[in-house]
Amino acid sequence: MNSRAHYDVAIIGAGLSGLAAGIRLAHFGRRVCIFERHNAPGGLNSFYSITGRKYDVGLHAVTNFVRPGVKGTPLGTLLRQLRISREELVLCEQKRSRIAFGPRGETALCFTNDFAFFEAEVARVFPAQIDGFRQLTQLVRETVYAPDSPAQSARAVIQAHIADPLLADMLLCPVLMYGGAQEHDVDFRLFALLFRAILLEGLARPYEGIRALLRLLLDKYRAAGGERRMKCGVRRILARGGQAAALILDNGEEITADQVLSSIGGPETAALIEAAAGAEAPTPAPALPAGQITFVETVTVLDREPAALGWGDDTIVFFNDSERLAWARPEGQVDVRSGVVCIPNNFEHGPGQKLPDGIVRATCLANYDRWATLPEDTYQADKTRWYGLIQASFRRFLPPVGDAALASATVATDMFTPRTVAKFTGRLNGAIYGAAVKQLDGRTALANLHLCGTDQGLIGIIGAMLSGITMANERILRKPA
Amino acid sequence: MSAPSMTKDECKQRVIDIIADIAPDEDLSNVKSDVKLRDQLQIDSMDFLDIVMELRKRHGIEVPEADYPQLASLDSSAEYLTPKFNALAAKR
Repeated sequence: MNSRAHYDVAIIGAGLSGLAAGIRLAHFGRRVCIFERHNAPGGLNSFYSITGRKYDVGLHAVTNFVRPGVKGTPLGTLLRQLRISREELVLCEQKRSRIAFGPRGETALCFTNDFAFFEAEVARVFPAQIDGFRQLTQLVRETVYAPDSPAQSARAVIQAHIADPLLADMLLCPVLMYGGAQEHDVDFRLFALLFRAILLEGLARPYEGIRALLRLLLDKYRAAGGERRMKCGVRRILARGGQAAALILDNGEEITADQVLSSIGGPETAALIEAAAGAEAPTPAPALPAGQITFVETVTVLDREPAALGWGDDTIVFFNDSERLAWARPEGQVDVRSGVVCIPNNFEHGPGQKLPDGIVRATCLANYDRWATLPEDTYQADKTRWYGLIQASFRRFLPPVGDAALASATVATDMFTPRTVAKFTGRLNGAIYGAAVKQLDGRTALANLHLCGTDQGLIGIIGAMLSGITMANERILRKPA
Repeated sequence: MSAPSMTKDECKQRVIDIIADIAPDEDLSNVKSDVKLRDQLQIDSMDFLDIVMELRKRHGIEVPEADYPQLASLDSSAEYLTPKFNALAAKR
C-alpha cells in the first residue's frame, strides 16, 4: 500500500489562477496536478448550460485590454508568461460603457478603450474637478500594488484630489463593482490597479466568452504535461512540523506534494488544515475573516439583440440611484439601488460573429445569510420576486423599453444568488472577491503552502491569472529544481 | 574526446531562439550584440527569469541569480554561456 501519488506541486482549484500557475510549473518541468472539486473548470469564472443554452458566470468583460503591439502592460506580461499569442486569444473590444448616477442616471460619464475620451467626459461633466482628476490619474499610474508598499484608504486619497463627492463615488463605482472585497472602502493600491485595468486600459471579451479562455488555458496546461483531476477536491491539508505533509482528497485518497498552491481563498484554505496523526497542532495563522461582499445576478435572454429592442449600445453600465454609493453587505436580501448591467452583444465581435441570443446580465449586492438557509420553495419564490425588482431597477438606467415588448422578446431567464456561488465555488459567504484583507505575499501558516488567486490580492480575470503566474514564479520556480 | 565546440555566434542564436519564444511580439531581426537587451527590447525582469529557466529546461544550463547580469547583452551572454555549453557537450 505504498502507492500514494507524489507531485512536485499540487494545486487546489482549477480556476484561472490555478490553471495559470499550473501552466508555468508544468512548462518548466515540474510534476503538477490540479485538484478541482467541481466537474467544470473556471472556479469563479465558469459556465453552465440549461436546455442547450450556454451561460457564462463571472466574466462580464476581460479588463486590461490593450491593442496588439502595446507592450509593458499586464495583458502582455500574462500572454508572454503563458506562451499565448494574440492570435490564440482574440479579444473583441467594448463599444462604450457608462457610469450612471442619480435616480434615472442623470449624471453620466461614458468611457471607451481610449482614456482621452473618459478624461474629456470628466472635464465636460465636472469642469471644476478636472485638474484634481488628472493629478489622481497620475498618482494611479505611479502606484504599485506590492507587499512592501503601504495600504491606504482609497476614499481618503481620492478625496484629497477630488472635492465633489459625486465624482469621487462615480470613480469608485466601477472599481468596487469589479473588485471591492472590503466593505465601505478599498485599498488605494487595489483601486489604482483596477482603475488602470478598467479605465486606463480597457474592456474586451473573447467572442465565445469564458469558454474560449478556459479552453485555451486547459490546452496549454495539457500540452505542457500538467495533470488534472476533476470532481476530486482537497478535503484536508495534513500539517506536520510547519509543512503541508499530505493532502486528503474528497475520495479519501492521500497524496503528497513538495509544494501546495491553493486558489480556494485564505479562510477557506486555513479551514482545511489539521494536524497529521501524531503531529503537534500547527500554529494557527492570524485568522482572515471571510468576505462579506457578494452578489445576485439576473440573466435575461432575448430573441434579438438588446439594441434591436431599444436598449442601446452600452456594453457595461455601472449604476447608482442614491446620493452616495453604499458599499456594504445589504440589510435585506438584495440592494437594488446600485449595480452593473452587462450586455455581451455590445462588444465589437467583428463581421460574421453574432452571439446566438441577446443577453442582458444585471448584478446587485446581496446578503449571503439572507439566502443561505431559506427552504427551497421560499428560495425559488424570492428569486422570482427579486428578478423583477432588479430588472425594474436597472431599466431606469437604460433607454425605455415597454413591458410588453420586453416580455415578448424574452425567451429565457436565469438568476444566481450568493448561495449558488457558495455551492459551486466553496467560497465562504459566496464572497466573489474573497476576503477583505489580502495576503499579498501568498503566505499561509504552513511554509510550503501558498495562496494564489483572489485572496493573494489580484482580482478579476487578468488579475487571477497574474496571481497564479506570480506565485508560481516567486514561490516555486525561483528556487532550484 | 573532442566534441565540436560551439561558437559564440551559435550561442547567441540559442539565446535569440529563446527570446523569440518568450516574446514573440518583439522584432529580433536587428538586435545589436553589444547593446543591453533591455535597452533595445521591451523585456522585463519576468522575461529575464524566463530566459534563465529556458536555458535550464532546454540546455541543462544553470545560471545562479548572482550571474543574471552576465545575460544583459548578447555579447555578454555569449561570453558567459559559450564555455558552459561546451563544458556540457564535453561531458556527454
